[in-house]
This record gives sequence, structure tokens and C-alpha cells, in this order.
Amino acid sequence: MAVMSFFANPHRFMAASKWPAWGFTLLGAALIAFGVWKGLIAPEDHQQDERARMMFVHVPAMWLSLFAYAFMVGASFISFVWRHAIADVAAKSAAPIGAVFTAIGLMTGSIWGYTTWGTWWEWGDARLVSVLVLFFIYLGYIAVWQAMETPQKAARAASILCLIGAVNIPIIHFSVEWFAVLHQQSTFMTTDDRATAEFKIPMYISALGYLALFGGLTLMNMRAEILRTRAEMLMQRRQAAD
Amino acid sequence: MSGSFAVFVRELKLAWSGGGGAALPVGFFAAAASMTPFAVGSDTVALQTAGPGVIWIALALSSLLPMERLFQADLEDGTLDAYASSGIAMEGVALAKTLAHWIATGIPLALVSPILWIMLQGAPEQGGIVAVAALVGSLAFFFFGSIGAALAAGMRRGGLLIALVTLPLYVPTMIFGAATLDAAASGADWVGPLMLTGSAALFGIATSPFGAAMALRTALD
Repeated sequence: MAVMSFFANPHRFMAASKWPAWGFTLLGAALIAFGVWKGLIAPEDHQQDERARMMFVHVPAMWLSLFAYAFMVGASFISFVWRHAIADVAAKSAAPIGAVFTAIGLMTGSIWGYTTWGTWWEWGDARLVSVLVLFFIYLGYIAVWQAMETPQKAARAASILCLIGAVNIPIIHFSVEWFAVLHQQSTFMTTDDRATAEFKIPMYISALGYLALFGGLTLMNMRAEILRTRAEMLMQRRQAAD
Repeated sequence: MSGSFAVFVRELKLAWSGGGGAALPVGFFAAAASMTPFAVGSDTVALQTAGPGVIWIALALSSLLPMERLFQADLEDGTLDAYASSGIAMEGVALAKTLAHWIATGIPLALVSPILWIMLQGAPEQGGIVAVAALVGSLAFFFFGSIGAALAAGMRRGGLLIALVTLPLYVPTMIFGAATLDAAASGADWVGPLMLTGSAALFGIATSPFGAAMALRTALD
């Protein structure tokens, strides 16, 4: 609570976030570079085939697409209950980044699916379909921010939508699972426990990189948003003075 | 409660005396479903395969049509402000308005659906199942749609936004409803999927007035 009320002041947030924004972004880029090098360039030192290298890009993107949404739900809740100005900005700033992670995850997953299952898309798989719906929820959320006239109303409406989406995603997941059973399609996804340690460690490093990049980019977006609000206020003041 | 009931009665009267506005989605529903043979071909088997899905997509889109004006008109002319200042709970207003619009538009949609089913070469004896499924499904579509309608009420061009926000909420109803018709057409057990469609509708009725009311209070601020 103390941290929350401390950062309710945009000036304190701006002062405290300047270096972390750059630091997290650079750290994220470095860790992702390591993960990608390990995944794409390093010699194959495992039993799995080449396709599994996609996992260093795909799995962290999927984790982060959910993490970003969970972050937005938390921020929306804080914004809705306490009308916290920075929480609004945080949820708004995280949305495009989460949407891009979701898109990367969908595209890489689709490519992986083609090489492994022989199909670009499998409607019977609950995970694929719920991630697609998550992507649409991201788009709807971004659209609400853009369509509302005043930022205060947009913040309220967007946080309501974000919380509704959080309820909706598990329901969609289970209904698609039922849909798959109904259509008697074989489930292609099997949990693969054979992933070895030399696979898991670069994947976790890559995931940490994604997480740091998400933090850094979100902070940068938030700073840009606060600066934009300030610039607008200055413009209004100048016009009022003329 | 009596306040919400008065809202409900007023909405019903408006819907039935409003110069046919409530019937427009029914026309859209019939026209959209009638486009199918031109796209799929007039082959009987192809139409029978596409039929259940086409009817459900057309039903979902027709249910979206009344949503743009569901709360917007009352927000613009100050009726919602009057409701709020007279102490009627916004949840009750959302429930009453959505239910009244469903009675005025949703029930006619369900009544037309067996005709479209037969046009798409479905078996006439299954028309009753189609109507019941469409009745339950449109109830779910209207209530889930009311959340999007409330969110977009304060925007000038909220129509497309409603579709983007609401269609993800329609996914479970879409799956269960189309599965009901699929099962009925293939002679399988259609009661189970119909019950699940009904549970989606009940979930929508139980939860969406609260979401819609939150959004409406924001628009009124």
C-alpha cells in the first residue's frame, strides 16, 4: 500500500523510473540475445530435433502474453478501486506490448504447428483458440482507450473490460476443450517431459529476458504517456494565455 | 424493484410503438442467412453442413445490431440521468432494458430461425429444436452484448467497438448453440448442448447487468 500511494504522484514516478526503464530494456535485450544465440546458433547438443529451437522464442512469448494480461488486470483493479492515476497509465502502456507478445506467440506457434502437426491452425485445441481470443481482447482493450473522449472515462471503461476479459478467458478455454471432445479430434498437444536441462535453462534465461524487456518497455511507454499528458496541459495553458 | 419494472414496461411499450425499429434485426437475420446459398452453392448436402453454423453466426450478428442504441439513446436524452437521480439501481435498469429488448427483438429472431433452417435444407421436424436453441442463444447474446453496449454508450461511433469487445464473449454460446443444431441434424443427443447454451444464458443474465451498470455509471459521471 505504501508503495502504491508513493507512486500515485507522477513526479515521483518519473524521477524513480528513468534509469529502470533503460536498465530493464537493455537487460532484456541482452538476455534475449543470449537465449536466441543458444537456441539458433549454438550447436545441437540434445536429442530433440531442430524444430524445438522455436521454443526459445515461442514459450516465453506465450508466458509473457499471459503475464502482461495479468499485470493489466492487477493495474485495472487498482485503478478501478482506488482511482490510481499511475495504475491507469500502467495498464494502458502494457496493452500494446502484451498484444505484440501474443501475436509473436501465435505466429511462432503456428509455424511450429505446421512443422510438427502438419497444420497451421488447429481449432480443436483449447490453448490455441483461447490465445486467439486473448489477442482479440487485447485489441478491444486498446480500441476502448482510443475511442473514449476523456481519459478518465476511457480508464474506467478499459478497466471494466480488462476485468471482464479475465473472467472470460478461462470460460472460453473450457468451452473449447468441450468443443474438441465433441468433434472427436485427436489432441495433438502432448506435454513433453523429455525437454532436457540444456533446453530448459536457455528457455528460462530467454523468458527472464522477455520479462525484463516487458518491464522496460512498459516503463518507457508509461513515461511517454505521462509526458504526453504534461505536454497537452502545457499546450492548453498556452492557448488559455493567448 | 418496482422502479426497474417500470423501466421494463416503458422499454417494451417503446419497442412496440417505435415504428418497426425492433423488427429490423429480424430482416437482417433473414437476409444474411439467405446469402448462404449464393456463397456455398445450392447443393443440398453443402447447405445442410453449413446450415447450423450460418444460422448461429447470423443470429449472433443480428443480436449485435440493437446493441448500439440499447443505452446510447437514453444516455443522450438524459433518461439514464433521470433514472439514476430517482434512485433506481443501474443494475436493474440494465437488466430491464436488455430483457425488454430481447423480448422485442430476440424472440422474433428465434421465431424466424426455423424458417431459415428449412430454407437451408434442414429437416422441418427439427424446426422446434432450432427455435428453442435460438431463443436461449439470443438471450445469452443479448445479455453479453449489453456489456459492450454499456461500454460504448458514451461514444459517438461505438458500433464497431461493440462488435470487437463483445464477440469474444460470444464464443462459448456460439460453440454450444451450434453444437445443439449439429447434434439435432445428425440425430445425436441435443439436450446436453442445449442445456449448456442455457447455462451460458443464465450466466449472462446473472453477471452482465453488474458489468453493464459499472460501465453506465462511468458514462454518467
